[in-house]
Amino acid sequence: MKEIEVTLTVNKRVHTVNVAPRMTLVDCLRDILRLTGTHVGCEHGVCGACSVMFDGEPVRSCLMFAVQAEGHEITTVEGLVGEDGEISDLQDSFWECHAMQCGYCTPGMLISSHALLMENPSPDDHDIREAISGNLCRCTGYQQIVEAVKMAAERRQEGL
Amino acid sequence: MKAATFDYVRPASVDEVCRLLADAGEMERKIIAGGQTLVPLMAMRMSRPDMLIDINDVNGLSEIEDKGDHLVIGGCTRQRALERSEIISKRLPLLAKAIRKVGHIQTRNRGTIGGSIVHGDPTAEISMAALALEASVLLRSVSEEKEVPLDGFFEAAMVTNIEPDQILTEVRIPVWEGASIGTGFYETASRESDYAIVSAMAQIELAADGTIVKAAVSAGGVAPCPLKLRGVELALKGSKPAELSSALDGLDEEIDPDTDVHATAGYRSRVARRLITRAIEDAVSEAKNERD
Amino acid sequence: MGQTTTLSNYRYVSRKRRTKEDRRFITGRGKFVADVEVPGMKHVAVLPSPHPRANILKIDTSAAMSMSGVHYVLTGDELARETSSLFHGLDLPNVKWHPLAVGMTRYAGEWVAAVVADTRYIAEDAAELIEVEYESLPAAVDTEKMIDEDQPLVHPEHGSNILFRKTWEWGPVADDFASMPHTISYRARWGRSSTVPIETFGVVAKWDETTEVMDVWASIQMPQYQDQIAAVLRMPMNNVRVHNDVDVGGSYGVKRGIKHTVLVCYLAKRLGVPVRFIEDRLDNMSGGDAHGPDRIFDVTMAFDDDGVIKSMKMRALDDVGAYPGRAPLQLGKPMTALCGPYRVNSIEYEAISVTSNKTGQVPVRGFGQAPTNFAVETGLERVAKFLGLDRVEVRARNLVRKDEFPWKIPPGSLYDSGDFHAVLDSAIKTSDWQELISRRDALRAEGKLAGVGIATCLEPGGGNNIFEYLFNPKLEITTFVESVLIKVEPSGAITAVMCTTTSGQGHETMVSTIAGEELERDPDTIRVVHGDSLEALPTRSPVASRMTIVLGTATSNAAREIKDKMITIAAYDIGVEKEQIEYADGEFSMRGEPEKKLSWEEVCHIAHKQFHRMPPGQELGLQAYSVQQVPGAGQLPNEKNEVPLYPCFSFQAHVPLVEIDRDTGKVKLHDYYIAHDCGTAINPDIVRGMIIGGVAHGIGAALYEKFEYDPDGQLLAGTFVDYLLPSSHEIPTVTDVEHCTPSPLTSLGQKGSGEGGYLGAPAAVASAVNDALRPLDIEINELPIRARDIETALYEKSK
Ligand code: FES
Ligand code: FES
Repeated sequence: MKEIEVTLTVNKRVHTVNVAPRMTLVDCLRDILRLTGTHVGCEHGVCGACSVMFDGEPVRSCLMFAVQAEGHEITTVEGLVGEDGEISDLQDSFWECHAMQCGYCTPGMLISSHALLMENPSPDDHDIREAISGNLCRCTGYQQIVEAVKMAAERRQEGL
Repeated sequence: MKAATFDYVRPASVDEVCRLLADAGEMERKIIAGGQTLVPLMAMRMSRPDMLIDINDVNGLSEIEDKGDHLVIGGCTRQRALERSEIISKRLPLLAKAIRKVGHIQTRNRGTIGGSIVHGDPTAEISMAALALEASVLLRSVSEEKEVPLDGFFEAAMVTNIEPDQILTEVRIPVWEGASIGTGFYETASRESDYAIVSAMAQIELAADGTIVKAAVSAGGVAPCPLKLRGVELALKGSKPAELSSALDGLDEEIDPDTDVHATAGYRSRVARRLITRAIEDAVSEAKNERD
Repeated sequence: MGQTTTLSNYRYVSRKRRTKEDRRFITGRGKFVADVEVPGMKHVAVLPSPHPRANILKIDTSAAMSMSGVHYVLTGDELARETSSLFHGLDLPNVKWHPLAVGMTRYAGEWVAAVVADTRYIAEDAAELIEVEYESLPAAVDTEKMIDEDQPLVHPEHGSNILFRKTWEWGPVADDFASMPHTISYRARWGRSSTVPIETFGVVAKWDETTEVMDVWASIQMPQYQDQIAAVLRMPMNNVRVHNDVDVGGSYGVKRGIKHTVLVCYLAKRLGVPVRFIEDRLDNMSGGDAHGPDRIFDVTMAFDDDGVIKSMKMRALDDVGAYPGRAPLQLGKPMTALCGPYRVNSIEYEAISVTSNKTGQVPVRGFGQAPTNFAVETGLERVAKFLGLDRVEVRARNLVRKDEFPWKIPPGSLYDSGDFHAVLDSAIKTSDWQELISRRDALRAEGKLAGVGIATCLEPGGGNNIFEYLFNPKLEITTFVESVLIKVEPSGAITAVMCTTTSGQGHETMVSTIAGEELERDPDTIRVVHGDSLEALPTRSPVASRMTIVLGTATSNAAREIKDKMITIAAYDIGVEKEQIEYADGEFSMRGEPEKKLSWEEVCHIAHKQFHRMPPGQELGLQAYSVQQVPGAGQLPNEKNEVPLYPCFSFQAHVPLVEIDRDTGKVKLHDYYIAHDCGTAINPDIVRGMIIGGVAHGIGAALYEKFEYDPDGQLLAGTFVDYLLPSSHEIPTVTDVEHCTPSPLTSLGQKGSGEGGYLGAPAAVASAVNDALRPLDIEINELPIRARDIETALYEKSK
């Protein structure tokens, strides 16, 4: 089966890869680009573990084929880290609040929360729960995640 | 859960799409827009097209235009764009109310209005709103362009009346202009943001004296596909809100619910009756407020 | 944020501190099994049986084999020939269990063949080309019918669908019943749910022909994993190296992929290439053998006019599915706290384990304790209702009192410590119970259905699995060890080697915090590594809320030994007796003459490099290990079948407020309060997370989750669309308040905390729902209580 050449930008770096049309975006990110921060939990669009930013909006990368990413820009959890290697304020809040246990849903949670804060700098509890409602977490019961997102928002407001 | 193999093309124009569809022969060629319904089906190999025609690069398929008595929405308009559109929130309050209940932010960012309609999910909010408002869709093939009313478009669960050689390019949704219009929308799902088990929508216009002059009512999860409740609408028309309760007398003849892992037929029909009532009541009181 | 009623006397323990593990997870640098890349690795896909029960007449693999990119297609016959049967907890010589079906399929989704190919994509393509001829047979599905009705036999060689049935009596049950004025009998049912981690199970295996080592990377949380791999593959245990440094994406008991592992190891050896199998979600839900308890309880309680329960008879019938594995033993663990935190004098307990044509069951969070707790709490609700007493008061009257510890319950467990009344009181206070009742009543006055729930639960921790012996005398196992090795490098840096994987419990944080506390060194500078199974000391894996108890105590012991060695060296070097040396903050100084001192680094330098300054006979280097026995364990049951089971007991009280939509039956959780006591919390954030996460998990079991089967044995909930894990909308904000009654049995007073939330929440939510339904005289004691169940009950009542 013939492969198609795809050029996509991931975490600000341009990559050219050859993929079969049926390869999902998440498999391409993980298996070809070896960006294994993005996880797979269901492959049918329910759990949100595969969330990435696609042209600045959060999407499920198991519900896209890599060929569809031609010319598009993707940010994965690895790309939330600053160029200097510094973790972002949101990542730092996740750490501070222990917003995880096993860490498996965490990259997806970070992506969804990151997208939320871009759109709504001062979300309330309900906004946060809505933003992460498409990301299942089996460990935490979500509370420390909500607290972390709130903390990040507050810190930004205070200019910390 | 990996899709079976397929060929992939990304044409730049509707004409090209139509030609590719027309040339399919024995092959199954499928259009992919948002892919939020199609890709899971492919991953489970319940759908296995030979070719995917990606319409994401086709120009002109994602505009929202106000044509006065109706809106024209490009088939590839993202659900998230509908959610953010001022035109929609001003002119199609029913759709605006329902859109946030479509999937999740992540799926609305990819999912499109056309994709939602052509897949014919029995409780798809977009289809229900469009159907209630007597929307039509524009279907194109190499040989013709046809405006098809949504009434009759939904055939069975996940089956709609679109030919394999057609592409849905536009959705045309009538806008109600009256002075006192209200909408109501309820749905129940196991979890907050699941596919609805039962859903109900209503849009009502009241005359100055409080009589219902126009009623659009639809329900989901009570038949294999979204249902416009013509009998209920008819009973509502010309009546006063005080007489609402009798409007649903004929409901059981209109619906045909089924039992599945999420709910029994009995549950669906009882809950539908209550949610439809609530939706109508909401619509009426909103319309009243509008007038006052 | 959680409140704490005690302030820590420790410098690191019980303090707010960032965890060690989170740093790698927030940056996407966790190393999960699917991230393991072994050069040349091939991929497996499995073919599931579409039939709940069928004879396999013929398997034609030729078309699949001839596909390009396919390396092998394995079927059950070959695998069964070359490997031994997988292990069962019960003594069931005639129940064979292999990773791939042999001759017969016993549930829909059971794996019939496995393909090895260059990619998972190709492997799935090839799996579709395998042609299997089945003779479909009627299936055994209805749990209750397994006991006495004629049902198709799941394992014909076993001759019955009953795998285990036994009744125990502890204490004078008949006398106690005769002495009580009241009895009530009721049924409580726990639906087939599980923990369903977001990461499926996965395993990678590589066989090295020259070293004869099988390297295994797996998403595993399982006692005796390496033992079983070796036994089934018929090789010595030191040919198997399990890499414990794989991050496990959630488990809560269920990551027990022994069948997957045997399959992959066999293929890796057979083909001479590294092989990986990562379950996809469909494999996982139907074929992964990861379902949980599915139980029917019939209970009778005998009590007096005050609601004080004297005796209890409980029959627990559990459906383990087609292959029992360790699952039937989940009827045994609840003996540890069979009457919950209550002072019941005598108990009759009948445990029945049946097999059916359903996916297999594995250990789930609490190892059977959550369903049992739900059954016991249902009884407390019933007693209160029967006597017209306050539900909280009835509990308070039955709770073990704080001056009664250690308290022995009829089956033999010794409750170590606690102040149950204080914790219950604090749940009542924190929730402002009266206010909550007023809010409930206000909602009711608006015509709504609203209810307040109450439940308590006891979380046994420590994992002394002597109950296994009560189920299978061949399992004469009286210890459940855990070990740690601590090394201090010449530079002074500290490394601790633990011996298992971690699946979210924060063991690295726990070990470094305790080691840091004991050695007065900053835990952030202490490295914790997961030794592989060839390097590691004895372990039984992080199950049973046992790691802070057993590994934590081992860590204290090893650290204390290091400190002692360092004091010995310092004393010798300074020229005084050991007793004259004081250690504080990294300095060893002489009492009364503090200027005579050695720094931490100096002592480390001496120990590693300056033999001439070492006390004669002292071992060089600075290392210590501790192999820790479960406190209080080590004996077989006595002639009355009494035996102290788990050593440490944490306690919780839960109070939720729910509202039910009359129109849809949907339950909305408004508030959730929880007071808990797990002794000394090593890291409060971790404890809090596990408790709230456990509550969320319990809410799932109470209201949403079920592996539903149709009457023919087809699984109806095989995807995330049909099996409903609660999302952020379904879980309310939990207000938690912490107590601390240190355990007398552990190094710092710590107890377990991984299971309690899950043990209490289902009962608490059911209590709240039933409180809401009480005005209508409706009671539902079958979990999950779904919207449709409530609506249907309301409808039936109104007819
Ligand atoms: S893996 Fe994509 S949503 Fe679950
Ligand atoms: S932290 Fe484990 S699934 Fe969310």
